[in-house]
Amino acid sequence: MKQLYSFIKKEFYHILRDKTTILILLLMPIIQIILFGFALTTEVRNTNVAILIPANDVLANELAARIDASSYFNIVEQIHTKSDIQAVFRDARAKLVIVFENDFSKNLMQLGVSHIQLIADATDPNAATSFSFYASNIIQNYQHDLAHQAFIPGTITPEVKMLYNPQMKGAFNFVPGVLGMILILICAMMTSIAIVREKEMGTMEVLLVSPMKPLYTILSKIAPYFVLSCVNFTTIILLSVFVLKVPIAGSFASLVFVSLLYIFVALALGLLISTLTTTQVSAMLISGMGLMIPVMLLSGMIFPIENMPLPLQLLSTIVPARWYIAAVKSVMIQGLGFSSILREVLILSLMATVLVAVSMKKFKVRLE
Amino acid sequence: MENVIVAKNLTKRFGHFTAVDNISFEVKRGEIFGFLGANGAGKTTAMRMLCGLSKQTEGIATVAGYDIHRETEFVKKNIGYMSQKFSLYDDLKVWENIELFAGIYGMNDKAIRSNTDLLMQELNFENERNALVGSLPLGFKQKLAFSVAIFHKPQVVFLDEPTGGVDPITRRMFWEMIYKAAENGITVFVTTHYMDEAEYCHRVSIMVDGRIEALDSPANLKSKYQAANMDEVFQKLARKSQRTE
Repeated sequence: MKQLYSFIKKEFYHILRDKTTILILLLMPIIQIILFGFALTTEVRNTNVAILIPANDVLANELAARIDASSYFNIVEQIHTKSDIQAVFRDARAKLVIVFENDFSKNLMQLGVSHIQLIADATDPNAATSFSFYASNIIQNYQHDLAHQAFIPGTITPEVKMLYNPQMKGAFNFVPGVLGMILILICAMMTSIAIVREKEMGTMEVLLVSPMKPLYTILSKIAPYFVLSCVNFTTIILLSVFVLKVPIAGSFASLVFVSLLYIFVALALGLLISTLTTTQVSAMLISGMGLMIPVMLLSGMIFPIENMPLPLQLLSTIVPARWYIAAVKSVMIQGLGFSSILREVLILSLMATVLVAVSMKKFKVRLE
Repeated sequence: MENVIVAKNLTKRFGHFTAVDNISFEVKRGEIFGFLGANGAGKTTAMRMLCGLSKQTEGIATVAGYDIHRETEFVKKNIGYMSQKFSLYDDLKVWENIELFAGIYGMNDKAIRSNTDLLMQELNFENERNALVGSLPLGFKQKLAFSVAIFHKPQVVFLDEPTGGVDPITRRMFWEMIYKAAENGITVFVTTHYMDEAEYCHRVSIMVDGRIEALDSPANLKSKYQAANMDEVFQKLARKSQRTE
């Protein structure tokens, strides 16, 4: 225990004395949260759609068929009551629900006006804006065609409704993204650099000759970055709640739990990288190229995963940030319960187990 | 006197390459044992096996009475080690480095405090106690590294080319510290490139191509090989080397 205590203290000295690095690590989340205020626009294809459609309504069916035929949408489901809408979103069966009013054809032909409601999942606001805009466009074209070819004059009024994120704040989308990126950066990159530095300086050799248990070495390397990650997590959450006014819709405990799990995965990744490299520069490059870029591009933080070609979609499944960001979105923004992020939690746990097992094995080999 | 290090037919192979080839020797308590050899002769590999850093392919050895393979943990508790590279933490203060390594070797706080005070006096380091190690001159660092390596009073201390890059005066002072440690019963196992340093050792072994070619006191070696100094002895033996670096 004395060993562990002396060693953890030493690790804190290392970090606290390196003023520039600690300053960067503490300020980075603040700067990123502010910078990412500018959300990026992206095109969305093959969005899953559920429809609520009156039975045997000719025009409504014709319009639905046209929506399904476009490259933007796939109608995957027909629901029968309005109360089913919530369930569709909760289980992520569709991103958009189109509700045709009863007597859609009759109203259009007799009264000259009928209504359609477009209810979008705006957890990802860019995507939601895009696809509701496409849907409205298709509806308008249909109306135009009707007037010219079938001589049915009349207006179809689409009413767009954004669920979960009514003001379409981009912040709702990038807060989970920044969380996912900062945590992996600090945990994985800094941990791997810290361990590799000992190898490079030659102090690792002295530690290996000493009675210091390898497990203690690892634990004490991890401890300060764990603390630092918790500080950053708190900063980001406070900033997003009080400055960006993004509320935590769901359970705070679930959010903390999934974040701790993610931090653990990231630390294990850092440990693995440190066993694969011998210089600080290569550790930094591997974490930079191997972690940062996939986190930025493949996690759904900037580009929607649904929009990627299949190989990239498959590749994104091994990026831990993808699952973490999805879970944070569900809990923090959609306000869903723990049961809804069970899949993400399971995948992250699996990743943690594999990474820890592999890196512990590798770390022991170094002793030989 | 009792043997502190005993090696019998110690061999280490990496694939087809035999780095250390069947070496046997004993080192007695309080002895300063010089371990000489050209680069690539196998000194570091042999030393690593004795420290428990590397597993021998064949043979057995005990250090401080413990088997280097089966009782590695006990071996580690009873040895000190100073590596080629400077191996203290530059961003820690002098006393923090001492405290860290003493803590790793399980010394209690009281002993750490009183021994630190004593050491600071001995080294005349009282003013540098709170200085960051990185700010000290190399000679100071080297002396400190050695003091840290023997701070927990190990039975054996392994020094891997401890005086590389140090000026002659500091080297001289460093060897005085080694003598003092030996007088206090600490066995010193030292590898070096400097042949004048080999003269300071009680006994010297010279490795060529993984084998021990000669092992005796510097005086006996010089008379046996009819050489004026250790450098000549070394030249005569090292010329037999088949290995290219």
